[in-house]
Amino acid sequence: MSTRMIIRRLGGGLLVLWLVSILTFLLVHLIPGDPAEVIAGENASQADVERIRTELGLDRPVLTQYVTWLSGVLRGDLGHSLFTGKSVVTSIAESAPPTLVITIMAIVLAVLVGVSAGTVAGLTQGSRVDRLVSTLATLGIAMPSFWLAMVLVSIFSLTNPWLPATGYADLGEGFGTWLSHVILPSTALGLATAAELARHTRGCVADVLTRPYVRTARARGASGAWLVRRHILRNAAIPVVTVLGLQAGRLLGGAIVIEAVFGISGLGTLAVNAVLQRNYPVIQGYVLLCAVVVVLLNLIVDLAYGWINPKVRTA
Amino acid sequence: MTLVTKRSSPNPSVPRSSPAGRIVRTVLRRPAGATAAGFLILLVVLALAGPLIYPHDPDAQNLGNRFAGLSWEYLLGTDEFGRDVASRIIQAARIALAAPLISVGVALLIGLPLGLWAGLRRGVVDAVAGRLADTVLSLPAMVGALAILAVLGPGLVNAMVAIGIIFAPGLFRVVRGATLAVAEETFVHSAVAIGSPTRRTLWVHILPNIAAPLLVQVTILMGVALLAEASLSFIGLGVQPPDASWGSMLKAAYVNQFDAPYSVVPPGIAMVLTVLSFNTIGDAIRDAVGLRRGR
Amino acid sequence: MTPGHDTARPLLSVEGLTIDLPGVQPGLVEDVTFQVREGHCTALIGESGCGKTLTSMSILGLLPASVRVSAGSVWFDGVDLLTRTPRQLRRVRGGPVGMIFQEPMSSLNPTMTVGDQIAEARRLHLGERRKTALARARELLERVGIPNAARRIGAYPHEMSGGMQQRVMIAAAIACEPRLIIADEPTTALDVTIQAEILALLRDLQRDLDLAVLLVTHDLGVVADFCDDVVVMYAGHIAERTTVDGLFYDPAHPYSSALLAAVPQVGQARSRLTVIPGRVPSAGGLPAGCRFEPRCAHAQSPCGERQPDVSLGDGRRTRCGRVASGELTLQGALRG
Repeated sequence: MSTRMIIRRLGGGLLVLWLVSILTFLLVHLIPGDPAEVIAGENASQADVERIRTELGLDRPVLTQYVTWLSGVLRGDLGHSLFTGKSVVTSIAESAPPTLVITIMAIVLAVLVGVSAGTVAGLTQGSRVDRLVSTLATLGIAMPSFWLAMVLVSIFSLTNPWLPATGYADLGEGFGTWLSHVILPSTALGLATAAELARHTRGCVADVLTRPYVRTARARGASGAWLVRRHILRNAAIPVVTVLGLQAGRLLGGAIVIEAVFGISGLGTLAVNAVLQRNYPVIQGYVLLCAVVVVLLNLIVDLAYGWINPKVRTA
Repeated sequence: MTLVTKRSSPNPSVPRSSPAGRIVRTVLRRPAGATAAGFLILLVVLALAGPLIYPHDPDAQNLGNRFAGLSWEYLLGTDEFGRDVASRIIQAARIALAAPLISVGVALLIGLPLGLWAGLRRGVVDAVAGRLADTVLSLPAMVGALAILAVLGPGLVNAMVAIGIIFAPGLFRVVRGATLAVAEETFVHSAVAIGSPTRRTLWVHILPNIAAPLLVQVTILMGVALLAEASLSFIGLGVQPPDASWGSMLKAAYVNQFDAPYSVVPPGIAMVLTVLSFNTIGDAIRDAVGLRRGR
Repeated sequence: MTPGHDTARPLLSVEGLTIDLPGVQPGLVEDVTFQVREGHCTALIGESGCGKTLTSMSILGLLPASVRVSAGSVWFDGVDLLTRTPRQLRRVRGGPVGMIFQEPMSSLNPTMTVGDQIAEARRLHLGERRKTALARARELLERVGIPNAARRIGAYPHEMSGGMQQRVMIAAAIACEPRLIIADEPTTALDVTIQAEILALLRDLQRDLDLAVLLVTHDLGVVADFCDDVVVMYAGHIAERTTVDGLFYDPAHPYSSALLAAVPQVGQARSRLTVIPGRVPSAGGLPAGCRFEPRCAHAQSPCGERQPDVSLGDGRRTRCGRVASGELTLQGALRG
C-alpha cells in the first residue's frame, strides 16, 4: 500500500475518533434533566450536586467545556472518578491487562480453530467433515458467549475440578496458573468469532477452488499442502482478514459479559460499574479507548490487506 | 453489508403473484426454514397464551422446594426460590419476542427513512448520516450500548432502545445501498420524470423493491438483539428482577451454579433455538430471493 | 510445416474416451479417439460446448469433480494416464506435459509473482531451490520474449498486459522441458494482433523444443497456420479426423464443410458468410443417430441411425455414413 493511501486511511481514522470524542463528550449533556443532579443521585445534598457540577465543568459554556475536556484528553488526562477520585487513566491502566490478554487469546484461538476448520470444510465441500463444521458454526453463531462460558464452567470447574471457575491470575504467578485462568474465558469469548471465521473461510476457500488459477497450479503439478498454502489460502485470506478486523472489535464488547461470568476485574467490569454508578468520566474514557483500539485495528487490517493483496500494494 | 438484487424494469413490485407470498413459500419449502418458522410460531403462541398454559404461577415461590430436579410436576425443575422453571421460560418468551421487536423497531425508525432518503436524494443527508454511521459503527455494539445506557439508565426498555440505536447505522447502510441500486432502474427514473413526489417515489416504487434485503437484515437483527438483551440482562443493565428473561434467568442460574450446575441449560437452549430460528429464516430468505452475501 | 502424412510415433493417444455427468447426462463426450504425434500439432476443433475442453482436461485428470471418465484410455509415452495414481499423475502434470489456458488474467495466481509461478514447476518436479528456479525462470521469460526479464520476474500478473500474461503462462508450461503442450484456446481472450504474436511464439517453441502440441481451438485460421492433424468434434462425438490439408481441401463430414463455409474468406463479400442453421443440441436432447443430422444440409433417412466411425485410409476417419459410402462428396474451402 502506498504511503499516500496509509495517510488517507490515517486521516479517516482520526476524523472518526474526533467525531467519537464529540459524541462521548455529549454523553453527559444528553442526560434528561440536570446532569449534576442525576449523577449525584436522589439522596445527594445540594453541596454534592454543586461539587459534581464544578468537577464536570457543567457550569461553563458547552464549547468551553468541550475544548477543555478535549485538550485534557489529548494530554492523556481523562479526568477523575466521581466517587473514588482516582484518575481514569490509572483505573483503565489497572483494568486493561486481563481484558487485553483474554481478548488476544480469544483472537488467536478463533483464528486457529476457525480458519483451519473453515479451510478443511471448504476443501472437502459436501463431506461429513464439512457438514459437521457448518453445523457447529451455525450453532456457535447463535450461542450467547456467556452461556457457553457457564456451560464450560459447569463442565470444567464444577463437575470436574480441573480449572478455576473465577478470577484472573497474572503471568507473574506462574505460566500454569495464568493459563488455567485464561483458557476458559478466552475459549468462551472466541468461539462465536471462530464460528464466523469458519463460515467465512469455508466460503472463501470454496470460491477460490473454482478459480482458473487453481486449475493452472494443479496442471503444473501442485497439490496437497503446497497447493493449499501457496494458491488457495493466500487468496482466500484476503476477504477473511477483513472479517477478522470486524470481529476483533466485537470481541472487545463480548469481553464485558465474559468478565462478568468469570469475575475478572477488567475493562468491562470497570465500564459496567461506571454505568450503574453513572460515573461519567470513567465511561467516557472507556468509550474513547475502545474507539481508538477499533480505529487502530482497522488500520492494521488495511495494512495487512495491502500486504496480502498485491493489487492493493502496488496500486 | 451490502445486499443487491438484480432487477429489471418495469417496476417488479407489481407482479402477478405477490413477492411476499413467494418468499414465504420458498422459505417454508426448505426443511430448515419450515422448522425454524414452526418454532417461532410455537414461541409466539406460548407467549400469547402464557397465563392459560403455565403449569405453575411463574412468580409463585416455594422455598421448601428450591432447586428441585426434573419431574412430571416440575418439568424443568425449580429455581433458587422454588419457582417453576418451565413456567418462567414460557413467561420469558414474551420478553424474548418483545425485546428484539423494540430494538429492531427503533433501528427501523431511524435507519429506514434516512437510508431511503440518502439513497434516492444523496446530498447533505447522505453525507452527514453516512459520517455519523461510520462513527457509531467504529464502536463495538456492546460498548456503544453501554454508553447509551449510561445516559438512559438501566432497564429492559432502555437497553433495547440502546441496542436499536446501535443497530440503526448498519440498517441505514443496507437501506441506502439497496435504494441506490433500485434508484438507477428505469421505472424509478420514469416515476421521477412524470413528477412523482419524493415521498411517493420512496413508498410506492422503492420500498417494495428493497423489501427483500431489508427483511433479511431485520430477521438477522432480531436474533442479534435477543443475544444483546440476554447479555445486558446478565450484567444487570437489562431486565430487572423479579421479571424473567432468559438472560436474567441465566444470571440467577449462574449465581447458584454451585447448588444446581445444570440449571444453566434450559434458558440457554431456549435462547439458542430462538436465535438459530431467526438466523435460519434470514438465511433462507436471502437464498430465496437470490441475494448475494457480502460485506 | 511438416507434411501431415509422415509416420512420427504417436506421443499421446486417446482411445475411446467417454465422459459422463453421473446421474444427469451420460456421454458428454463419447468414444473419442485421436493421436498427437511427436513434434507435431493436433488441433481439436468444434463449437463451444462440443466437449473439446472436457477432453483436453481429462488427459491430465483435471476434470471438475462433477464429471467422470467412464470409459477409454489416455496413453502418454506408453502408459495409460487414466490408470495412474494421483501421485504418478502429478509427476506428469507440469513435467513432461505442460498446459496453457485461455484467459491468462484469471489463470494466473494474482497473489504470486510471475517468477514464482514459472519457477513453481521446477521446484515441484526437479526439486530445485527457489533461487535456482527463479534464475531459470528469468531465462524462460527471456525465451518467451518478455523484455527486461530480470525486473519482470518480481512483477504480479495484474501489472502485465494480457499478451505478456499469456507469455508468462507459456514460460511456466515449458519450464520443465515438456514433450507435449496442451493449449486450451490460448489466444481466444487476446487482441487480434497479440494473437498472432502468441501463435508465432508457440510455433517457434514447437520447432525449437520439438514439442508435440494439442491445440484446442475454434479458430480455423489458427488451425491452417499451425497444425498438422485435425480432430473435428461435434456434440461430444468426433465428426472427422483428418490432416490439415484433408480438412481444407477434402472435408469428410458435412459439419466440417459447414464450418469451412462459415469462415469469411478474404476478398469475398460479407453477405456470403454462411451460418450453420440451428444450434448445437443440448446435452439432454441428443439425437439417436448422427448428432449433426438435425442441422445437416445433406441429411437423409439412414442418418437417423447410429453412425459408426469409418476409416478412410491414411489415418483419416469420418462419422458420416454417406461420405464413407462414397454417395456424398463435400466441397472444401480451398479449391486448387
